[in-house]
Amino acid sequence: MSFIPVILWSDALVFLLLAASIASAWYIRQREHLLLPWRRVGQSSVAMVSLLVLSLFLVVGLLDTLHFRTALPQANGEAKVYSPEVLSVFDKLVEPLRTHNEKTYSAPFALTLYARETGTDAQGNIVREYPRLQYGGAHLADESLRDVDIARRTLLGALAGLLGGATLVLLAKRWTGRRAVLVSLLLIAPFIGALANLAAVYHVLGTDKVGQDVLYLSLKSIRTGLIIGTVTTLVTLPLALFLGVAAGYFRGWVDDVIQYIYTVLSSIPSVLLIAAAVLMMQVTIDTHPEWFTTTAARADLRLVFLCLILGMTSWTGLCRLLRGETLKLREMEYIQAAQSFGVSSLRILARHIMPNVMHIVLISLVMDFSALVLAEAVLSYVGVGVDPTMISFGTMINAARLEMGREPMVWWALTSAFCFMLVLVLAANLFADAVRDAFDPRLSRTEDKP
Amino acid sequence: MIAYLIRRILYAVPILIGVNLLTFALFFVVNTPDDMARMQLGIKRVTPEAIEKWKQQRGYDKPLLVNTAASGTDKITDTIFWQKSASMFVLDFGYADDGRSISGEIAARMGPSLAIALPTFLIGLVVYVSFALLMTLFRATVLDMVGVALCVFLMSISGLFYIIGGQFLVSKLWHLVPISGYAGGADSFKFVVLPIVIGVAGSIGSSSRWYRTIFLEEIGKDYVRTARAKGLSELRVLFTHVLKNAMIPILTGVVVVIPLLFLGSLLTESFFGIPGLGSYTIDAINAQDFSIVRAMVFLGAVLYIVGLILTDVSYTVVDPRVRLQ
Repeated sequence: MSFIPVILWSDALVFLLLAASIASAWYIRQREHLLLPWRRVGQSSVAMVSLLVLSLFLVVGLLDTLHFRTALPQANGEAKVYSPEVLSVFDKLVEPLRTHNEKTYSAPFALTLYARETGTDAQGNIVREYPRLQYGGAHLADESLRDVDIARRTLLGALAGLLGGATLVLLAKRWTGRRAVLVSLLLIAPFIGALANLAAVYHVLGTDKVGQDVLYLSLKSIRTGLIIGTVTTLVTLPLALFLGVAAGYFRGWVDDVIQYIYTVLSSIPSVLLIAAAVLMMQVTIDTHPEWFTTTAARADLRLVFLCLILGMTSWTGLCRLLRGETLKLREMEYIQAAQSFGVSSLRILARHIMPNVMHIVLISLVMDFSALVLAEAVLSYVGVGVDPTMISFGTMINAARLEMGREPMVWWALTSAFCFMLVLVLAANLFADAVRDAFDPRLSRTEDKP
Repeated sequence: MIAYLIRRILYAVPILIGVNLLTFALFFVVNTPDDMARMQLGIKRVTPEAIEKWKQQRGYDKPLLVNTAASGTDKITDTIFWQKSASMFVLDFGYADDGRSISGEIAARMGPSLAIALPTFLIGLVVYVSFALLMTLFRATVLDMVGVALCVFLMSISGLFYIIGGQFLVSKLWHLVPISGYAGGADSFKFVVLPIVIGVAGSIGSSSRWYRTIFLEEIGKDYVRTARAKGLSELRVLFTHVLKNAMIPILTGVVVVIPLLFLGSLLTESFFGIPGLGSYTIDAINAQDFSIVRAMVFLGAVLYIVGLILTDVSYTVVDPRVRLQ
């Protein structure tokens, strides 16, 4: 099957971010003094377990970022036509999850639909019954065998996962000696194995209103969350860094102008500013339908714009912090020495100031991540979040919220979104705390305990 | 003090002009009124006459900045900028798409917003500070660790789930209070109690942790050691010395939000059907009523600046060393 790779705007930004992280990791590895705080992070079991969980999310997100379009079957001699549907490598990996769509809601592990339907039985009588699902548990001839089958599949999947996990542990042992990491690896691997084995034939987390598998939706939401959390800070980081440091170093009118800009921006309550900007972006996107070849491209551009807008409202805090730190640094002896040697301002900024404010940048980057993931859900609810066609935690919650009133209740979509978000944000919070503790020079490390 | 306040208010003017220009650019320059009309009337079949009519109804059929057709001061005043944007300085917000006066709506909706936001703020402050003091008292023990872990856990849950979960448990399962709605007077209690409780619970994690950090920073200082050395009990040290000295950082974060309470909370109000300014904003966003959103942005900025000035004034109240000149 032939295909063309598609690089959406957000994909490009993710690749850029990935390249930057790999480059900086390589740079840091060479320098012991930069490596030191990271070693402290590495010594925290909580941080390393969080990192393990985060990297699982990251793998899903990255696989979901490699996009392509497959070619449609073509008649002889005609030009190649590609499907308008943009798929990702992750979609291909979990093909059954993506394509096994039922008619409407069904509970987790259910064999039948959520709602009764009118049909005819063998005798030709009209009956109202719960129809069997098209895919969920379709391999079972007898419905009573379900529990046994679930148990068998769980066990087999968990065993396979355990084997895989054990292999990974043997490999990982050379990297980290922390027992907590190895143990959690051994715990997570069977869980994933069992989940994978079950998800192939059941809807483990049920299906939503249009019959899509909720597990698939939750996994797809991860990429949106990760992009909002990382790209947002990335796109405005240069601005905050440059303006903050310049304001602190040059003072005078430069400082006045920069302070004025960020005071104006920060004086508008952020949610209102975001709402106003997103409304305007919507108008622009809706009046220019010719910009986009696929719906995915449109949704994606909206996501990138949302990141930009979120970044525009949140860089002011970092900028103020950097300005304050630079004001302090510029009075240091080593800066004054550099100045008296006649080193140019730009060089002082690049060689002496920037490296010394990097810890603030890093701390605010990791601390902002979880807040942004949470903000996405709220904004999507308010109606100024991601495109409604884009799968995200916000759109999932929004759709599921309306179904709480049904009888019996449709609880699974909301619960899934809750669990996935909680794990992602909790891991991010714990990791961020460890990073802050390791990098913040204000915290005394030797006398933590009074 | 008076001179200082006057100076601060004068400083606010350029900032508000900046906010005004920003909203003007956002709402009228990034997208022209024609674009907005086309968007609201439907992209496909829209005639130039319909666009003209839409613009005329809203007063958007004027030049943006300079009206060359007019004479005298009308050159400046008979423009979109003057009539729609500059007029906000005298709190004249114009009319919403449904023809009602925005200023009138804002005045009417402030009450319900405050009925939720003010108790949430006050009860929240007491709860968070007490919880944080408790953790500080038992610092570096298992209790403190459990408290911090609980805080991190609670702050990892989206605010949406607090509201959905609270409504589901309290209103749907236990039938204690109505799910949503609002009534004035004595009836209002049963409508506001759940939003308030959820509002307090929703930020207990992040807020308590923040206050705990402030208290822990204070407790490492010399005056605390002195207080202990002269034989004060740990409780007295905490309440009479640490709490008082921590007031400055607490006020910095707290006072600035007080004026913003008028705006209410978008989420709470829309979930509970409270007819306040938060739900007004959400409805405006969903109906794409740009004039309301514009008015709220400007009002928000005004209130924020009032909050900053109040913060400075509050410093003089808690710390006699601070003098405003």
